[in-house]
Amino acid sequence: MKIHNTTGGRIFDGANYVFLTLIGIVTLLPFVYVVAGSFATEVEITQRPFFVWPNHISFDSYAYIFSTPAFTRALITTVLVTAVGTAVQLLLTVTMAYPLSKRALPGRRLILNLVVFAMVFSGGMIPTFLLVKDLGLLNNYWALILPAAINPFSLIIIKNFFQELPQELEESAKMDGATEVGVLWRILLPLSKPVLATFALFYAVGIWNDFMSPLLYLNDNSMWTLQMYLRQVTAASDLIGSGQQVDPNFIPPTQGVKFAVIVVATLPILVFYPFLQKHFAKGMLIGSVKG
Amino acid sequence: MTATVVEAKARRRSATPSPAPVRRRSFAVRFAHYKWLYLLMLPGLAYFAIFRYGPMYGVSIAFKDFVPYLGVNGSPWVGFANFTEFFSDPDFPRLLGNTLILAGLSLGIAFPLTIVMALLLNEVRLTILKRTVQTLVYIPHFLSWTIVASLSFLLFSLDVGPLFHFVNGILGTHIDFLSDPAWFRPLIVLQDIWKNTGWGTIIFLAALAGVDQNQYEAAILDGAGRFQRMWHVTLPSIRSTIVVMLILAIGQMLNTGFEQIYLMTNALNRGVADVFDTYVYFVGITQGAYSYSTTVGLFKSLVGIVLIFGTNWLAKRFNQSGLF
Repeated sequence: MKIHNTTGGRIFDGANYVFLTLIGIVTLLPFVYVVAGSFATEVEITQRPFFVWPNHISFDSYAYIFSTPAFTRALITTVLVTAVGTAVQLLLTVTMAYPLSKRALPGRRLILNLVVFAMVFSGGMIPTFLLVKDLGLLNNYWALILPAAINPFSLIIIKNFFQELPQELEESAKMDGATEVGVLWRILLPLSKPVLATFALFYAVGIWNDFMSPLLYLNDNSMWTLQMYLRQVTAASDLIGSGQQVDPNFIPPTQGVKFAVIVVATLPILVFYPFLQKHFAKGMLIGSVKG
Repeated sequence: MTATVVEAKARRRSATPSPAPVRRRSFAVRFAHYKWLYLLMLPGLAYFAIFRYGPMYGVSIAFKDFVPYLGVNGSPWVGFANFTEFFSDPDFPRLLGNTLILAGLSLGIAFPLTIVMALLLNEVRLTILKRTVQTLVYIPHFLSWTIVASLSFLLFSLDVGPLFHFVNGILGTHIDFLSDPAWFRPLIVLQDIWKNTGWGTIIFLAALAGVDQNQYEAAILDGAGRFQRMWHVTLPSIRSTIVVMLILAIGQMLNTGFEQIYLMTNALNRGVADVFDTYVYFVGITQGAYSYSTTVGLFKSLVGIVLIFGTNWLAKRFNQSGLF
C-alpha cells in the first residue's frame, strides 16, 4: 500500500531519519573510542580528550597484556569454560526437551509445570550458594556451568520446535528399526541445526559474560575469568574500602591496558553477533509464549 | 501472549489427533514403554531437582538460625524472627527506597523510551536505515555488565574520561560522576537505556508489524496526519502488548540487576546504591549472615510474585487482556 506523504510527513521523516542515525552513532561511539584508545600510546590517551583514530598507532597495550600471565590465564580459562559449558548445557537441554516433546509421555504435564514454576520462583542467591558449597564446587569451574545448566525458556522453545517437526519422519525411522536415541541423533538433530546453533550461542554468551557466578564461587584469584580480570583492571582504585573482592598484589594498570582488555573481552561477542542476530528476534518472540 | 503465530501453530497441532494407544495400560507398562525417553531426560531432571528445587528447599533457613556445621536440616527453627529483625532494621526503609526509586526511574523513563524508539523505527520506510539502526542498537544487549561498567569508568574517569570533561565543560562544574552519590542513579538509568532500549524494541516492533493496514487507509481518508495516525491507530493497536510488557516489568521491579548495581557500587555511594540484591550479597556472602540474607531474598521474591499477580488482576479489571 502506498501512503501519500504530505509536507509535514516529509519533514517528520527527515527529522526521524537524522535522529535515528544519531542514536545509532551514539550507541557505537564508546566502542570506537575504546578500540582507538587500545591502539594509541599512553601519552595520546592522557592528552587527547576524545578521538576515533589514534595519531600514532601502537600495539604496546596488547603486547603488554598478552605478556602478563594473569591476563592470558584468565583468557584461556574463560575460553575453555565457555566451550565446555556450552556443550554441557546444550546437551542437557536437548536430552530433556526431546522426551518432553512427546505428548503421550506419562508425567509430561507435571514435569512441564515444575519447569515453569522454576521460572517464576527461585531459591535465590544464598541458598544456591550454600548448595554449591555443600556439593564441594567452590573454587571449581563446574560451579560456573552447572547451576545455570538448563535455561527453562530455551528448554521450552526447543521442546516446541521438536513438537512441530513432522511426525511421519520419526515413524518411518522407527519402522526401519531406529531407537528413540537414534531418532533424536539421526533425524531430529540434523533438522534442528540452525535452532540449536542459536541456543548454543546464547548459552556461550551467557557463560562468557557471567560475572556473578565467578564472583560467588571462585575465591582464588588465580582462577579468575576474564570478566573478573576486567573488573579488577578497570576499577581497582575504586574498590578499596567498598567490601568487594580485590587481588591485594595487583599493580594499577596504565590507561591503554584498560582499553585493550575491554576490547579483548568484547571481541568474541561482536564476532558472533551477526550469527546471533539472524535468529534472536524469532527466538525471543517464541520465548514469550506461555509454556 | 504476543506471538500469536506460534500460538496458532501450537493450536493447530493439538487439533490433530495425537496417537495415544498406550493410554489404558497400567502405569508400569506405560513407564516401560517410555523407559529410554525417561533415561534420556534423567540428567535434565536431576538438574532441576538439585539446582532449581534444592535451593527452594534451602530457603527454609530464612525461618532458622543457620549454623554452617549443623547444615540446613540441623539448624534450629526460629519462626519469623529473621523477618521481624529485617523489618525493624534501619537498613530496610533505605533498601526499599533505593530499590523503588531505581525501579520507578526504569519504569518511568526507560520503558516509555523503548516504546517511542519502536514507534520511530516503525515509521522508517527506508529499509536499509531501519536495518542498520536496529543492528547497532541491539549490540549493547549482548555485552556483559562488566564491560558496560568498565566503559562507564573510562568515559567518566577523572584523568582521561571524555564524558567527564564534556559534561563538566557544559555545566561549568568539576563533578566526579563515578563517586558522587547524587549521580549514581542518573548513571544507572543511562547505562540501562544504552544497554536495553534497543533490544526492548523487538517485541513492540513485532506487535507493530501486525497492525491492520486498512485502519491507516481509513484514518488517511478521514484526514488524519502522521501524529494523529500514530496516536489514534498505532498506539491503541499495540495496547495489549504494552500492558503485558508493563506487567512483566512491574513483576521484575525489585530485581534491580545484581551485576549492574554491584559493579557501580563504591565506598562513597553505598548510601544510595544499596538495593535488596546487592545487600543480600554483602550481608550474606561477605559477612556470612546466611539466614538473615536469605530472609531478605525471600521477601524480595514474594513481593515480586504479589506484584506480578496484582498488576495482572488490575489489568483484567480495566478490561485489558492480562498475562494469564
